[in-house]
Amino acid sequence: MSDDALLSVADLHVHFRVGGLMSTLAGQPSHIEAVAGVSFAIERGRTFALVGESGSGKTTLARAVNGLQPASAGSIRFEGRELIGVPKDEWKPIRRRMSMMFQDPVGSLSPRLSVRSLLAEPFVIHGLSRRDLNAEVMRLLALVGLPSEFADRYPHQLSGGQARRVGVARAVALDPVLIIADEPTAGLDVSVQGEVLNLLNDLRDRMGLSMLIITHNLHVVRQIADRMAVMYLGRFVEEGETEPIFTKPHHPYTAALLSANPEPDPDKVHNRIALPAEVPSLLDRPSGCEFHTRCPFARDICATVVPPSTMVGASRITCHFPLNTELRLATSESI
Amino acid sequence: MTVLDIRDLSVDFATESGALQALRKVSMSVPENRIVGVVGESGCGKSTLINAILGLLADNGEVTSGEILFEGTHDLTTLAGTAMRDLRGQKIATVFQDPMGALNPVLSVGRQMRDIQYRSNLSRREKDARSIEMLRKVRIPDAEQRLVQFPHEFSGGMKQRIAIAMALMMEPSLLIADEPTTALDATLEVTIIELLKELQQQIGCSVLFISHHLGVIAELCDEMIVMYAGEVVESGTTRDVFHNARHPYTRKLLACDPARLTHRARRLPTIPGTLPDLRNRPEGCVFQARCELADATCSRMPPDEEIAPGHLARCWHTEASVMIGAGA
Repeated sequence: MSDDALLSVADLHVHFRVGGLMSTLAGQPSHIEAVAGVSFAIERGRTFALVGESGSGKTTLARAVNGLQPASAGSIRFEGRELIGVPKDEWKPIRRRMSMMFQDPVGSLSPRLSVRSLLAEPFVIHGLSRRDLNAEVMRLLALVGLPSEFADRYPHQLSGGQARRVGVARAVALDPVLIIADEPTAGLDVSVQGEVLNLLNDLRDRMGLSMLIITHNLHVVRQIADRMAVMYLGRFVEEGETEPIFTKPHHPYTAALLSANPEPDPDKVHNRIALPAEVPSLLDRPSGCEFHTRCPFARDICATVVPPSTMVGASRITCHFPLNTELRLATSESI
Repeated sequence: MTVLDIRDLSVDFATESGALQALRKVSMSVPENRIVGVVGESGCGKSTLINAILGLLADNGEVTSGEILFEGTHDLTTLAGTAMRDLRGQKIATVFQDPMGALNPVLSVGRQMRDIQYRSNLSRREKDARSIEMLRKVRIPDAEQRLVQFPHEFSGGMKQRIAIAMALMMEPSLLIADEPTTALDATLEVTIIELLKELQQQIGCSVLFISHHLGVIAELCDEMIVMYAGEVVESGTTRDVFHNARHPYTRKLLACDPARLTHRARRLPTIPGTLPDLRNRPEGCVFQARCELADATCSRMPPDEEIAPGHLARCWHTEASVMIGAGA
């Protein structure tokens, strides 16, 4: 992990308390680990994508980085400062540097506020209301490509794509260095999805932003992210540069996700990696490699021995038998 | 035989600012034992189309022209309440987008599956046996034990499979699936598609499959229609439409799908402009304001040009349209 990283996260854990006293006495676990030891770094001007299915811990991880969800262990360094343990009243200036775009473009805007008020709100909250707010609102609308008359509209008068642009404008209002975007294009039509991704890419280039994007849409990742990580049960199973992961996934779960993407070609022959069984419960994590219950390539060792985290090519993966590699790892023992 | 035959269907909604024409002269058919896809973006009229078929249009909605023939005999636009109720659930079944919303959270799955068989004369025990058989068909493990469980005890993908089991329980002749995979993760989406395909062949029903996801349509459907602003702009076999799309909107839509790009693009293709105001439709072609081929001819209503047998595109410029989206 390089020192000039804007954000570096090391061995981060986030716990949630579950059940009550009775279930604890009955010997059931009292906590689940939604994020269970995750490390990554985002360099300035780069985009990092978190991919994974529902319940894999993507959103919890993002909320922990932003301080909305307390971490239970690990380290989060942002612009050289440790964020774990920062008291609540010191978060405000940090959040000015690191802004968040929430899921659901329309739902994340207050229905009672006009676009003008929505765009002025960040300045008011951060005590910058002495600035010429009207000029700031007009500047932001222009920045995200909305006509100035939109200032007087309300969220219900906006289409999904327009509402998302307002969300982007709010996120970049105070010149942050990092944007955390949770499913920025979910629920948008494909023709509009492209507009939003183009806008994010433009702003990143023009303002030198870094981005942490959370998505379950792999096609989006390929178009926007420099690096990516695939999450499963709160851990990274594969992490590395985006393009090599798309062309040569090493972890069977990554390969299965990539192969599960229906492609717009009726004649395409699918060589799918089918994933049997359901996602295990966080209350009852599988032994050994946690993916072994669904892995089509699992062997005996996978059910008992936790695979080490190793570098394969440029990617860091957690698997006993990585795919697309000639070199068998030392851990693979006799087969 | 044609299971569903829609001819020149127009639906208006009365609004404070005038009549909103949600569907304009929609014609399409679902042949027996086929899966027909409906693709289009928000506001294209997909939901209005389904609601018109099911007789569930909102109070301010009105069928202003056309007919919906079901199994050649019933016109669903004129069918009275009770007659329509007899078809729904029995002959026409529906699977909706949100599996949680489709199941009652306070009743066990077994109870709900039994209730759905209220028309049948079977005993309670026989009905439960039938429920178990259907749950096995949709690959719910330990079906027998799970009948007593409640919806929250199942995962999202399982809930959607239960909803499919319930819809297919009465062996309907038409299954309407409204974005059944949109709320699911990619790996689950694929299993639901494969399951639907398999069950459709087993039961021999027809499926009307609504989706905005082009990849899913390509994989599942035999035929498809493309809707834009309440009109069917292109229809044909899935292969014809994907490989030889001739309506400019279809071509642009296909080009926008990031799944088509195998490398990182500098700029993603988009469709500039917005949907026309359906209260004040343009004369002639509905797509002209966003189309680079639009000229004076387009202010007249374009014909449904036949590209190949069964492949229609509602456009004046089906020859020139092959240039659109070619570079993407």
